[in-house]
Amino acid sequence: MLLDVRQRERISRALRTGLLGLTLAATLVATALAQASPGGTAQSNPASQGTAASAPAPATSAPQGIPAPLPPRVGLSLVVLDPAHGGTDLGARGTEGIRESDVVLQFAAQTKKALEFQGFQVIQTRDANDNPSFDDRSARVNAQRGAVFITLHVASTGLAGTARVYVMPEIPPVEHPNGLIPWDKAQAPFVGLSKKLGDLVQAELAKRFKGSPTTALVAPVRQLRTTAAPAIAVEISSVSVEDRADLDRMVPGVADAIARGVSEFKLSYVVPTIASPGGGTRP
Amino acid sequence: MTPRWLIWLAGILLAAVIAAALYFPSLRHQVDKVAQLTEKTAEQARRELIPPAPARSGGPMVKAKMYWGTRAQDGTLRAVIVDLPLSDDPVLRAKQVLNTLLAGPVDPEARTLPPDAALLAFYILPDGTGIADFSEALGTSIPSGIQSEQTAVESITRTLEANVPQVQRLKILIHGQEVDSLAGHLDLTQTYQVNGSGVATQPPPSSTSITTRSIQKAYEKTKAATKR
Repeated sequence: MLLDVRQRERISRALRTGLLGLTLAATLVATALAQASPGGTAQSNPASQGTAASAPAPATSAPQGIPAPLPPRVGLSLVVLDPAHGGTDLGARGTEGIRESDVVLQFAAQTKKALEFQGFQVIQTRDANDNPSFDDRSARVNAQRGAVFITLHVASTGLAGTARVYVMPEIPPVEHPNGLIPWDKAQAPFVGLSKKLGDLVQAELAKRFKGSPTTALVAPVRQLRTTAAPAIAVEISSVSVEDRADLDRMVPGVADAIARGVSEFKLSYVVPTIASPGGGTRP
Repeated sequence: MTPRWLIWLAGILLAAVIAAALYFPSLRHQVDKVAQLTEKTAEQARRELIPPAPARSGGPMVKAKMYWGTRAQDGTLRAVIVDLPLSDDPVLRAKQVLNTLLAGPVDPEARTLPPDAALLAFYILPDGTGIADFSEALGTSIPSGIQSEQTAVESITRTLEANVPQVQRLKILIHGQEVDSLAGHLDLTQTYQVNGSGVATQPPPSSTSITTRSIQKAYEKTKAATKR
């Protein structure tokens, strides 16, 4: 039985890796085709400079003198919110019975409202007391385009009433013979964008919560590593407060700060456009 | 007049009670013994199998730099100088400093690692990667959170960096296994840089030299662990 579960997990992981790989391979092939076609133009993409994401030129060839039509710019439209822990994993626990797995659901609900008010579509990795795996949570965002990922945590430590944003450290460039990005290094091409998003959200948090850092911190957070999108972890301090109301008072501020940070990030972030094999583009 | 059979019955019952009273201490002793046997976990059995890390008995004391937290528990680390009889062998030396780190500082609030966690094994690969195998308590008893878990790993890497220059990178195992995360947050599938960049983000404050009962206790614990 144990063997079956492990085997199923392996197959599931292999399928997910394969799907991600196929998508990335299609992007690379389309890019190569577009660059090889005469008359094709390269569209600059300032938001994705320094990362693996880039907007390819349209695959169709245009007559001399007539500029090729630019592909429609696809912007950030979706936010995947991840209330951490859940189910049997309670996360951090305070002396007053405060449980991280419960509190983050409250933060997520309010943040979702604030983001929707800003015009974003929001998906949550969990709405109830269940505990999806790290990979299941990553899969929710990796299956999307034009999304960012925000995982919400409440710490056991830290100055009460502060909030910190964490992003992954630089991951060495992945050299894979078939051009695919391994699932376990999915964050590698997005580290730069994640840092940008993290700094914007952290700046907003610092305005609202005195004592919070002014820029995003760097930590190898497991959840972020397998996420193929700009991804940040927001950690609030802490479950050790004497009164749960102290945390409740932080909810609107955290939600507003995240919504404003993501909105600001949206202005400069353009989702890479993938050229379809038959010419033209698809968002 | 009491019937004869009733007297016999009372006598038999009395004898049974006396026999039970005599047998009870022996039974209790056996139950306690069985309970102790069941409490002996696989991890304890593993600890017994691990060869001890002998200390350099009678050797000169070396000033070891230990990185513990601060009372503020804000993720900052503070270097503390501790006199320890460190071995010349890098593996034994690493075990000694990590056991001292686990024993904790004078102020229990400044702990970075849970008190019930234990170092089960440590070895160094030819490429300079140190493998530290901790008991499950490292993951289950540590305060959960990105900040606290990062502080714990930083305290280990910085302490190794300061005292065991042969260790270039660190891989942390829990009970002999690679795990996804320390306590749900920090990634343990990767190796941590020890000498060089490291995961540290803040410079250590000035070192403080102290000699207290707690440090002595830590030393005794290290010595006991190595003699076992």
